[in-house]
Amino acid sequence: MAEYTLNTPLTDADIEQLRSGDVVYITGTIYTGRDAAHKRLTDTLDKGDPLPFDLKGALIYYVGPSPAPPGRPIGSAGPTTSYRMDTYAPRLHGLGLKGTIGKGRRSPEVREAMNATKSAYFGATGGAGALLSQAIKAAKVIAYEDLGPEAIRELTVEKFPLLVINDCHGGELYTTPDLEKALAG
Amino acid sequence: MRTIPAQTIVDKVAEMCIAANRELPADVLQAFKTQQAAEENPAAKEIFRQLIENAELSRETGLPLCQDCGLAVFFVEMGEDVRVEGMSLREAVNAGMVKGYKEGYLRKSSCDPFTRKNTGDNGPAIIHFDIVPGDKLKIWMMAKGGGSENMSRVMMFPPAAGWKGLREFIIKRIAEAGPNPCPPVLVGIGIGGNFELAAINSKKALLRDIDDTHPDPEVAKLEEEVLSAINKLNIGPMGLGGKTTCLAVKIATAPCHLASLPLAVNVQCHSARHKEVVL
Ligand code: SF4
Repeated sequence: MAEYTLNTPLTDADIEQLRSGDVVYITGTIYTGRDAAHKRLTDTLDKGDPLPFDLKGALIYYVGPSPAPPGRPIGSAGPTTSYRMDTYAPRLHGLGLKGTIGKGRRSPEVREAMNATKSAYFGATGGAGALLSQAIKAAKVIAYEDLGPEAIRELTVEKFPLLVINDCHGGELYTTPDLEKALAG
Repeated sequence: MRTIPAQTIVDKVAEMCIAANRELPADVLQAFKTQQAAEENPAAKEIFRQLIENAELSRETGLPLCQDCGLAVFFVEMGEDVRVEGMSLREAVNAGMVKGYKEGYLRKSSCDPFTRKNTGDNGPAIIHFDIVPGDKLKIWMMAKGGGSENMSRVMMFPPAAGWKGLREFIIKRIAEAGPNPCPPVLVGIGIGGNFELAAINSKKALLRDIDDTHPDPEVAKLEEEVLSAINKLNIGPMGLGGKTTCLAVKIATAPCHLASLPLAVNVQCHSARHKEVVL
């Protein structure tokens, strides 16, 4: 288990060194996007129009933050469950996306796409939204403002703490539940 | 007849919504500390450390514990001798919720099921009413996030399935949910009643304190049994392995049709936010 500090945009070399279980601190820019925003990104690609941000080396954080109270750049900002974005992720990885941040297991299709494109899946602690927001220094809505909490935001982060769940070598950090032992009681 | 001004309800409900989202219940925080000490897996210990720090930070800064401030679910017990003046009870609870979510900078998560357009005010609140004897009005508020709610299920079993069938379903459900619902979870279980009552009971069961023992010793034993079985899954905090997959199992039972054996499993994440008020 190693520790890395990485700056965005991420490169192939950044990702290749990572192994499941490593701790990574991200500094730079990350983009938020969840269900409805992913649908719009896909529709935009289908139409052949340009995306609202550059996917090359980018990180997408699956988060719908709570509103920023006065004096703060953002409200609470922990990860949402990632599987709902699984249908969209392989295509985005194919276009240069280097990583996604969320919580919960990814589909085999996403894991394959990450291996093929040298990308990774990072976990942030679910439900630790107040804590994680401390690493976010600035936030700006850059697309789909009408989606409210689901709008795409550009976040400026400093040492945003992550755990590598799936690396680009097929590694997986989540445990496989010990069903037999549990059923036996 | 006792009269309660609607505005009192509006203000109380708004306060509850804000407080529930900022203050982790004391029993849950205590359970984090106890389990942190019991864990041997360093990743599990670290997750608990973060959750404890998150709870402290939320209390200090007023930021919500979790960005998903949930759909607001209310269980209301209205005394027969109470009259609400100024608005209907439903309107008052809903208006209080809208006020609380707005003024507390809480995230609004309610949207149209087809267009997915956000309703903008987290409304309408989901309210379960009950009429009881007396002149009191009791309101429980629960902020229920989508991540854990999506892992919940209702299943209609044939009576022959028995406890063995129910137990297996519950354990498999938590195993399949894995890291998704922000473990360590609390599990509310409704057994009996019918399709909708089982679901309501499974959620209402989650209002009980973690160390509250079920009054029926037989049911209390089943709660213990399922809790210990789930914790053998080794899913652990945030799915990283460990002894603590589940903090509590709470069962609510009701008589059912002789042809049915309804079961509802309501999964509650570690951010087990709820409040109650008696007026
Ligand atoms: S499951 Fe609970 S703790 Fe996790 S993101 Fe949803 S509301 Fe927050």
